[in-house]
Amino acid sequence: MLDIVNEELAKTDIEPIHFDHDCREGICGMCSLVINGVPHGPQAATTACQLHMRSFKDGDAIYIEPFRARAFPVIKDTIVDRSAFDRIMQAGGFVSVNTGGTPDANAIAIPKTASESAMDSAACIGCGACVAACKNGSAMLFVGAKVSQFADLPQGQPEKTARAKAMVAQMDTEGFGNCSNYSECEAVCPKDIKVSVIAKMNREYLSATVKTLS
Amino acid sequence: MSSNQLDSKVPSGPLANKWDKHRFDMKLVNPSNKRKYTILMVGSGLAGGSAAASLAELGYNVKCFCFQDSPRRAHSIAAQGGINAAKNYQNDGDSIFRLFYDTIKGGDFRSREANVYRLSQVSVNIIDQCVAQGVPFAREYGGLLDNRSFGGAQVSRTFYARGQTGQQLLLGAYSALSRQIGLGNVEMYPRTEMLDLVLVDGHAKGIVIRDLVTGEISSYSGDTVVLGTGGYGRVFYLSTNAMGCNVTAAYRAHKRGAFFANPCYTQIHPTCIPVAGEHQSKLTLMSESLRNDGRVWVPKKAGDKRPANQIPENERDYYLERKYPSFGNLAPRDISSRSAKEACDAGLGVGDSGRGVYLDFADAIGRLGQNVIKERYGNLFEMYQRITDDNPYDVPMRIYPASHYTMGGLWVDYNLMSNVPGLHVIGEANFSDHGANRLGASALMQGLADGYFVLPYTIADYLARVGAQNISTDRQEFKDAEQQAKEKTAKLISINGKRTAESFHRELGRIVWDNCGMARNEAGLKKALHLIPELREQFWADLNVTGESGSLNQSLETAGRVADFMEFAELLCQDALHREESCGGHFREEYQSDEGEAVRNDKDFTYVAAWEHKGVGSPAALHKEELEFENVKLATRSYK
Repeated sequence: MLDIVNEELAKTDIEPIHFDHDCREGICGMCSLVINGVPHGPQAATTACQLHMRSFKDGDAIYIEPFRARAFPVIKDTIVDRSAFDRIMQAGGFVSVNTGGTPDANAIAIPKTASESAMDSAACIGCGACVAACKNGSAMLFVGAKVSQFADLPQGQPEKTARAKAMVAQMDTEGFGNCSNYSECEAVCPKDIKVSVIAKMNREYLSATVKTLS
Repeated sequence: MSSNQLDSKVPSGPLANKWDKHRFDMKLVNPSNKRKYTILMVGSGLAGGSAAASLAELGYNVKCFCFQDSPRRAHSIAAQGGINAAKNYQNDGDSIFRLFYDTIKGGDFRSREANVYRLSQVSVNIIDQCVAQGVPFAREYGGLLDNRSFGGAQVSRTFYARGQTGQQLLLGAYSALSRQIGLGNVEMYPRTEMLDLVLVDGHAKGIVIRDLVTGEISSYSGDTVVLGTGGYGRVFYLSTNAMGCNVTAAYRAHKRGAFFANPCYTQIHPTCIPVAGEHQSKLTLMSESLRNDGRVWVPKKAGDKRPANQIPENERDYYLERKYPSFGNLAPRDISSRSAKEACDAGLGVGDSGRGVYLDFADAIGRLGQNVIKERYGNLFEMYQRITDDNPYDVPMRIYPASHYTMGGLWVDYNLMSNVPGLHVIGEANFSDHGANRLGASALMQGLADGYFVLPYTIADYLARVGAQNISTDRQEFKDAEQQAKEKTAKLISINGKRTAESFHRELGRIVWDNCGMARNEAGLKKALHLIPELREQFWADLNVTGESGSLNQSLETAGRVADFMEFAELLCQDALHREESCGGHFREEYQSDEGEAVRNDKDFTYVAAWEHKGVGSPAALHKEELEFENVKLATRSYK
């Protein structure tokens, strides 16, 4: 839809509306539009690029805004800077293995339930809708999803303490707020990530801090 | 046309020992010297991201550039179905040689044996690496890894993470890259686009970039440049590629002397959602894995407009099962796509446009139950329903082929270095491993093989030979290239015509799709070679770019990329016209059997066509790399 608006604007020599978009399949996480007050718009579990005009009635007014959050400064029009997410990942969103020298992929059996649960969390596309929907601008759904993915897998265990602490610390540094359990994040998440990942992250974080104290 | 022979630098000795021998023969850079070298990595997808991480782990300084706002968004993320590896976990007869053979045959005997064998060898390490990173591959109840089958193979060797395998593998590479960024070993430059390659004494030593936020054009120097910038599938405008995918980095390197190999090998993926309307900007792929359980059919009678469920069994043509009984619905992509086109050309197509065939899950749902199908393909079914508003559990999917992947790319030798010394090319951006057609689940394999397990070895050989040079961007070569990039940008803005770059791109795409798409012929290609320069002239006369160059400007970005497609499309058609045979994704209507199957010409065309740029509008010059097959016999590809 915005393509058509922009094509028309260009014809009248008006600079088009800038918006982030890339894969248009709902997987790259580039979309960052608030549509009629809801990040990614009215359809549940759907990114803005996958939202079709048939979700609206003829004559409806559609309001489009950028994702708003203290940690996501606006660059231009609806484009925001989400590099804070990258910095959280850089702080601890990984398993510290170098390339090569890893054991055979089937060396460690992982219960199907654990790998499925890890996959549920790993489905996060890092779009930031959770932050935009939260009145506190909290990134806990995003961070919780990554912490949970690794907490579910044996590969994540050696660094679990350091990871939870480092990611949470970076999240605070970036200016994301706290969680007040409204679950708005879950409601707008295009990948259906559940708030239970936040509980899991809190548990990991608590156990990490207690371990450090003792 | 000259025809200088290119040296692929394939090591001597038996196939199975080549890579091992080569690893010993190559020079090394000792650990304490690695920090003296700077590597410029352009692209952060599966190939670029994995290479940047691995090279940084080894101790090199890496600067990594991507046009997206984060390396996590590279288009590798959209790959759905899976990644192949010769693990033989299923005990079904797989082996490194079988994966090698399937890939060579799948590529219609137009790829380099030694590269493909190496790819098959390292495929097993990739899976180990990804599991260690925490990639949540699908598992069996016993806790071991699950596999499925993909087109062109009769074994189950494809590892997958639901329908999001590319996403999970990319996030694995991204996490490794993030770790290195956090450690200060990689400097990451997101929202940055490469505009030119800088040569110093004939070696690739730098790049010119545009900061997409500030609009500033500047340059970076290093000891080697690596391009992992993906393919050129958007030359067709409508494709399954992301909106930002482009040929710019590779094409501008081509204009600086890098040979472009086999551009006519383009993959048209058989299972995409059909085009719905004029304003469509992008097509969506439905994973090939669906063909494990879905059956492809069209009505036997032309113009049969009854709903699918009212067409009785005996009035349906399950044409893939009929024509290719041993591979059936899992026939390779090029063959499946062409068969769909044939059916639609014969008036048998379904849906309003008549450009579609059914992919039907009714049998599988009856046999396995809806729950099993949901577990296997749930997210794909949802995606289909979201786009088409049809429920594929009740009515068959409608699919049609679309541009998806490009096998051609910059020419590289066995070390993944182009003919320009110091310029390495990895992943989809190079031409190396898939020949004339890529098998499903092999793109992820190649991207990660290049990035994790090949380039980190071969790059050392180049670096050790030339030594660390610490080249300054104050040199004239950099100033000149920057100046040229600035002038080109200024020119795009100053035309002040009437049409957007997007509209030119759409028109170009139609020319290329109609004349150089799934089927090509001499007359059509000649017509395209006439139309493209005309359109290019209009582009440079009537383009309208709003806004200015000194800030974030998406219409300027698009215009720069379309400008390159305008030139590249001509090269694509030139290559397609010159290759007088049908092979893989390149089907020339003049060269087919009575049954409509592709007919290769091994006597005259068993070579890689690598093109040298000779100026815009002038025909490129041909260089050849003869392909030698010592381990497989050239045969007519049969999937019957």
